[in-house]
Amino acid sequence: MIEAQAITKQLGGRAVVSDVSFRCEPGTITGFLGPNGAGKSTTMRMLVGLSEPDRGEATIFGGRYRDLPNPGRRVGVLLDASAQHPGRRGREALAVSAHMMGVPAKRVSTLLELVGLDETAGRRRVGKYSLGMRQRLGLAHALLGDPEVLILDEPANGLDPEGMRWMRELLRSFAERGGTVLLSSHLLAEVEAVADRMMIIGDGRIQVQGTRAELLTEAGTIVEAADLATLDAVFHRAGLTTHAVDGDRRLVEAEPEVVARLALANDVVLRRLAPAESAGLERLFFDLTTPGGSAPSPNADSIHPELTGATA
Amino acid sequence: MSTATLPAPMRVGITGAHRRPALGRLVAVELRKMVDTRAGFWLLVATIAITLVAVIVRLIVGDAADHTFASVLYVGVRPAAFLLPVAGILLVTSEWSQRTGMITFALVPVRSRVLGAKLLASIVLSVAMLLAVVTIVAAAVLVASPGVDGTWSDIVPLIGQSAVYLVSGMIVGVAFGAVLLASTPAIVALYTLPTAWTAVASLSFFADVAPWLDAGRALDPLSLEIFSATQWAHAGTALALWMVVPLLIGLWRITRREIAA
Repeated sequence: MIEAQAITKQLGGRAVVSDVSFRCEPGTITGFLGPNGAGKSTTMRMLVGLSEPDRGEATIFGGRYRDLPNPGRRVGVLLDASAQHPGRRGREALAVSAHMMGVPAKRVSTLLELVGLDETAGRRRVGKYSLGMRQRLGLAHALLGDPEVLILDEPANGLDPEGMRWMRELLRSFAERGGTVLLSSHLLAEVEAVADRMMIIGDGRIQVQGTRAELLTEAGTIVEAADLATLDAVFHRAGLTTHAVDGDRRLVEAEPEVVARLALANDVVLRRLAPAESAGLERLFFDLTTPGGSAPSPNADSIHPELTGATA
Repeated sequence: MSTATLPAPMRVGITGAHRRPALGRLVAVELRKMVDTRAGFWLLVATIAITLVAVIVRLIVGDAADHTFASVLYVGVRPAAFLLPVAGILLVTSEWSQRTGMITFALVPVRSRVLGAKLLASIVLSVAMLLAVVTIVAAAVLVASPGVDGTWSDIVPLIGQSAVYLVSGMIVGVAFGAVLLASTPAIVALYTLPTAWTAVASLSFFADVAPWLDAGRALDPLSLEIFSATQWAHAGTALALWMVVPLLIGLWRITRREIAA
């Protein structure tokens, strides 16, 4: 169980993390979403004692991380897959940590196999690894101590689509066994596919958090009509915020039933009416994490499918 | 990668999760980290190879009467005295330059324990290196100078003093690494500061204090002659300045600093 209570951190005179609070419960996967530089990594470093919050408290199992006697056996941490000595062989990198936390050496082989690094890969020096291989090594490292909690910073970075699916299944099975997972990403799609709960951080603050279902409901409704102009006018009169999607559709920041009643009352024929789900979540993510994007005007410009472009 | 299900948990010693890794284990890990990288391994191999070359050259060019244990040891200890401090620096700075500190300090959050383990590992490595050097020197002396008077005189105290020399030198390296937390500046500082200091100390103004604070002058004869009380006093004050002070500053920095990518 992970808990952050109003943690705040200033680095170089700038508030990198402000008043961040959340809880991650056993058996769940929490996705930590935000553009690069939003404060995800700093928050995660504060959870594991590599950084000290200026204010607030970060706890794991109800206590401070640095008071855990052998933290590697209870919390698996992957903060940066490239933070490995390039001159050390992959297998040895795991073996050193296994030695340190008192895990039998044969577990190293088990985990190398689990993450799909074969004998040859294990003998190669980490400096020769691709980013995807480092990410796999990092995941093996996080799982080495058979932990109850996983804290993973951008674990999908560098994985191919098949690797991502594999990682999702791995995290799923970890959570189903009662494990607690916190993983971060700057890509909505990566988190949305696996997380039970999500929190979106922008500018060092948690902008929104909730279960996947809650956020999807909040995300609005997709609607399509033959007479878009009339429909826009109806929404405008009702004071609803809308966004254009694919030219002839609208994303309305309201629940489907509200939209349906408005259409009925104004005799507008709808061709399509559906919860916005991920399209709406993308809009939400984009608005919350883009400076000046939090107050979109009605009929704002079309949805940005490329969140990476907006957040880079 | 056929399956993504986790293996059954390996509950080998559940107690391990609630017990701090012993300091001895951390020391063993730090020793392992010094030899399991390409750079670390070859640095140690090179040290021994250079020692061999230096001792052989000493035997070839020197006068047979000079081939006492003491005089060959004085040459034989030099390569280790020069290179062990670099190993000491890298032992600390690689945690930052290679960013492995994110792993090390996540596994051992009490950072002073990590530094303590690195210091103890440095002592173990220096003593092991000394044993290798003494073996090489003794073998060389046996071959080169059977029967020279006083060949083996003072062998035990000289080995003891050489141990002080190598161990303190490597700890100075650890201390410089801990203060600067970056390999290149630490290595440059290690080799230029004492020389610069010697230059400054040669001014007549400093003539009285120089022997007390010049680590090179105070420590170099440790493998050559039996130290007097005054010499030990000089060595002690010099080490306080060049070893203890940077070590304390380094400890202060490491325990407070952000560990970041």
